[in-house]
Amino acid sequence: MRWIKWIKNRFIPSKPESVVGLSWESADFGGAETGSKTVLEVEDLSVSFVQYEKGLQQKQMKVISSLDIAINRGEILAVVGSSGSGKSLLAHAILGILPENASVTGSIKYNGKELTLQRQAMLRGNEIALVPQSVNYLDPLMQVGAQVRTGIKNGDALAVQREVFDRYQLKPEVDRFYPFQLSGGMARRILISTAIVSDAQLVIADEPTPGLDPEVVEETLGYFREMSARGCAVMLITHDIETALKIADKVAVFYAGTTVEVAPIENFSGDGEALRHPYSKALWRALPQNGFMPIPGAQPMPNNLPEGCLFAPRCSMATSECSIKQPKVRKLRDGMVRCGHAT
Amino acid sequence: MLLEAQDIGFRYSKGPWILRGVDMHIAQGEIVGLVGPSGCGKSTFGRILAGYEWPLEGHVTLGGEPLPTAGYQPVQLVFQHPEKAVNSRWRLGDTLKEGWVPEASLLEALGIEQEWFKRWPNELSGGELQRFCIARALGPKTRFLIADEMTTMLDAITQAQIWHVVLEIAKKQNMGILVVSHEWNLIKRLCSRIIELSIVNRDRE
Repeated sequence: MRWIKWIKNRFIPSKPESVVGLSWESADFGGAETGSKTVLEVEDLSVSFVQYEKGLQQKQMKVISSLDIAINRGEILAVVGSSGSGKSLLAHAILGILPENASVTGSIKYNGKELTLQRQAMLRGNEIALVPQSVNYLDPLMQVGAQVRTGIKNGDALAVQREVFDRYQLKPEVDRFYPFQLSGGMARRILISTAIVSDAQLVIADEPTPGLDPEVVEETLGYFREMSARGCAVMLITHDIETALKIADKVAVFYAGTTVEVAPIENFSGDGEALRHPYSKALWRALPQNGFMPIPGAQPMPNNLPEGCLFAPRCSMATSECSIKQPKVRKLRDGMVRCGHAT
Repeated sequence: MLLEAQDIGFRYSKGPWILRGVDMHIAQGEIVGLVGPSGCGKSTFGRILAGYEWPLEGHVTLGGEPLPTAGYQPVQLVFQHPEKAVNSRWRLGDTLKEGWVPEASLLEALGIEQEWFKRWPNELSGGELQRFCIARALGPKTRFLIADEMTTMLDAITQAQIWHVVLEIAKKQNMGILVVSHEWNLIKRLCSRIIELSIVNRDRE
């Protein structure tokens, strides 16, 4: 009966267990001038996986817990966190491509309207596009030109595809290449082309730059800047703060499946004193150019989350109350934080 | 003891030469950076130094002798993608003990939990797998470590944690390290000397 529960969860949003005490409209900053509008709004999102332990004994694994995030038109939001912090799962939840044993609570709104499974199926690949991590997401047996054309719904598909390839300096013979013939940089441009031709209003890019040399990284980021300049909302998922800071308007820091802080990029400077959450500060100070000082310990596993604040076991500021209850997100200066002690 | 590459030339089958006339040396205890644009042959060079590929021209020597072809390889390579560097049909405890049996203190320093020993590779994240690959490579007979984008996929805190442990062990065992990376800040932080492959590789066609 798992699927009944799953469908119920998706179509009849249950009342959130905790109400986040603020609206994202009021929390807008940066590009919040008149005319800016929220394209994507995620509120109190939780994702759990059902796992069978022994026989029919089930266990819930909470991989995302009460996560909040919002992106406006023309804005680039970087989602930064370590592997296993739930970044990619958030992308999959927005697109509605989570595996079947996932159960989702909370709300995801696109242009102000709740994203149901049907709307997700209708919008993904059209208005909401994913730039996947690697060429492994392409069909290995299909020429790349033809693959990009499948995303074009209006007009002369060949002409549109050629125009985009031209813009990215992909020569006509590349149309007939198979994925294995592409170099790293070419593959990156093809993957981004698939998002561009789709006329997307929301682009989710999952780790588009690791292992590329600085020139190619710069070029890739340029494509995202171009998209946001056309009014597209861009969500850039990365584990690399430096890449995020080169391009984003604001940064959401993820830890153990939740947002611990949302900060404008100017806050990432100096000793990190302008940052709000102890984890963001630790992340900033661990960079090779900022001291290279790690904090001990590791991010908790989803099947072994602490009771209260998820960061408390590693936090030097933690008090006894931190280990009792998970702090709620609150507005602080021109950003957000999930920590009772942050000032 | 020196790890030396002399006049290295390499290409895959009849393809263009990837490396030609490359000379390089690392002394024990030295930490050297290797940089260069994508596709310039950094990883191939790393594979040659660690004995995964044989150069078509020139030779690699360790303390004046050719690299051993059997037994423990004193030049160990850690790859960027750990999921491609472990046997997916082995539990991680077996992978860890492939070359030597790491002591508990090293495992603790690298943040490897006993509970992970029984897991399969697809049950752990990339960062967790990479810790196993690093512990596996740091045996007492390792003289040189080739770190090919070893922490590129990791967050800053994990990256700093891992490098602190590796540097400490390198110092204790007087190990030389070649750091292959695109991250200029990391190279500057770690290395006393930097080699630009595109300059050393001057005879490339």
